[in-house]
Amino acid sequence: MPIVNEGLQREFEWVTRPGEQKHIGEALDLADAVMQDIAYALITGQHLEVDRITQECLNNGYTANHILDHGLLNGMAIVGVKFRDNVIFVPEVLVAARAMKAGMAHIEPILSASGIEPIGTVIMGTVKGDLHDIGKNLCIMMLRGAGWTVHDLGVDTSPEEFADAVMEHEAQLIGMSALLTTTMPNMGRTIAYFEDIGLRDEVRFMVGGAPVTREFADEMGADGYGENAVECVETASDLLNLIKELA
Amino acid sequence: MTTQVSSAHEILQRLENEILIFDGATGTYLQQHGLESGGCPELMNADAPDTIRGMARAYFDAGSDIVLTNSFGGTKYRLQHYDAQDRVRELNKLAAEHAKSQAGSTQYVAGSVGPTGEFIEPLGAVSESEMYDAFAEQITALEEGGADAVMIETQMVLDEAQIAIKATRENTELVVMSTMVFDKGPRGFFTMWGTSPEDAAKGLRDAGADVVGSNCGNGIDKMIEIAELMRPVVDCPVVIQSNAGIPAYKGGEIIYPESPEYMAERYKQLAEIPVQVLGGCCGTTPDHIRALKEAVK
Repeated sequence: MPIVNEGLQREFEWVTRPGEQKHIGEALDLADAVMQDIAYALITGQHLEVDRITQECLNNGYTANHILDHGLLNGMAIVGVKFRDNVIFVPEVLVAARAMKAGMAHIEPILSASGIEPIGTVIMGTVKGDLHDIGKNLCIMMLRGAGWTVHDLGVDTSPEEFADAVMEHEAQLIGMSALLTTTMPNMGRTIAYFEDIGLRDEVRFMVGGAPVTREFADEMGADGYGENAVECVETASDLLNLIKELA
Repeated sequence: MTTQVSSAHEILQRLENEILIFDGATGTYLQQHGLESGGCPELMNADAPDTIRGMARAYFDAGSDIVLTNSFGGTKYRLQHYDAQDRVRELNKLAAEHAKSQAGSTQYVAGSVGPTGEFIEPLGAVSESEMYDAFAEQITALEEGGADAVMIETQMVLDEAQIAIKATRENTELVVMSTMVFDKGPRGFFTMWGTSPEDAAKGLRDAGADVVGSNCGNGIDKMIEIAELMRPVVDCPVVIQSNAGIPAYKGGEIIYPESPEYMAERYKQLAEIPVQVLGGCCGTTPDHIRALKEAVK
């Protein structure tokens, strides 16, 4: 149906790239009025509203999947675009993330009980010696929003911890973050460690963080680079497609 | 106390008709002198005092008029990651004493104060008054150790920088300088929190800073753009401390691409804007400061 929520209509106007207008517009066509309400409440960071409407929808017979796909993820898609385009900044994204979490608190238990397969599994961590996690946490929030299963190893993650997590969770992807120039080389060292123990071919590495550039990512031998949390999700999807093609 | 008041006063007086030169990177220097990757620089104030004094010496010798203390992560919120949250006073006082011990009569020490890494309520768990107290604890210790000024630097959140400025004004006699980090996106320069250089300059000045500007995050060409945005909106001196470019990774090492000569040419342009306080951030060395001094003095 067309967009009937006026707030959401205004939010959709921030989506200006033709490809994204088509993609998000088509997704919104499948959202009814109450799904639009969820999307709008999420974009504007109203976590109590998201919590309330999500519960109400589940009571009224909407499936968890339907609410995720047509409500929450539509909201997150617009949040991602607004963040990338400097319309909103970290505080607004954190507030939207909190609203997403409020919705997922209802959705996640139902999805996992019904055995629905996630898109893919990614291990995320800030590298050894580095205690900064704002950027990494934004990426995790966006990845989870896009349907990925994320295992968060937190900050100060050693190469051994990354390797253990890959084996334990059978993950295809590792995302590494660093804020400090002093700890950036530990990304390359983690990749080297995977080569040493013969695990390099089992997993793809994507990297990011304020001082990290695409050139830096290439130089250290990473498979993918994301400049921000939106690109992180795109990079993860690209790498997963590559893995499937090669399989 | 009287000497602090007078040298603080002196800094502002000199800025009315001359350019003052800051130092270069602290982290880069310390990495070249024994700081391990991911180690706590502030603990070196107690554990490696000669290195810290040597760093101040190296920058004063290179031509710095003002040198920063080794106290960027000196609030309890940063030190708690190294289980040193109870050593705020000790480590910050030492940081100021080490730098001050190398300063001549017309050279000054600015206490470095970086972000807490915490978010103010309701986004985070820390209240404004808790954050104020944490800054006051650090900054009064810096003054006690002999600092002439405070440099509230690399800030991303205007509210947080303003709290630190207020804590300095209300508890010390120090000259207050403050800088924020900007990133160039599709709509221009903003902090991660969405503040433009113009709003940052006005906001820092309104909160009581004597000198406002930008540091870190960019090479010197973008710093010229940022300075041009900040300069017209405030009536006080502007400070720029530029990285030596954006770091690249070559053969396992971090390389900063901008040479002392490259930066020196552009420091001249900054001086013409005019930016009254010039210095380096990540990747700059005593050699950069020497070239800077030659270019603008």
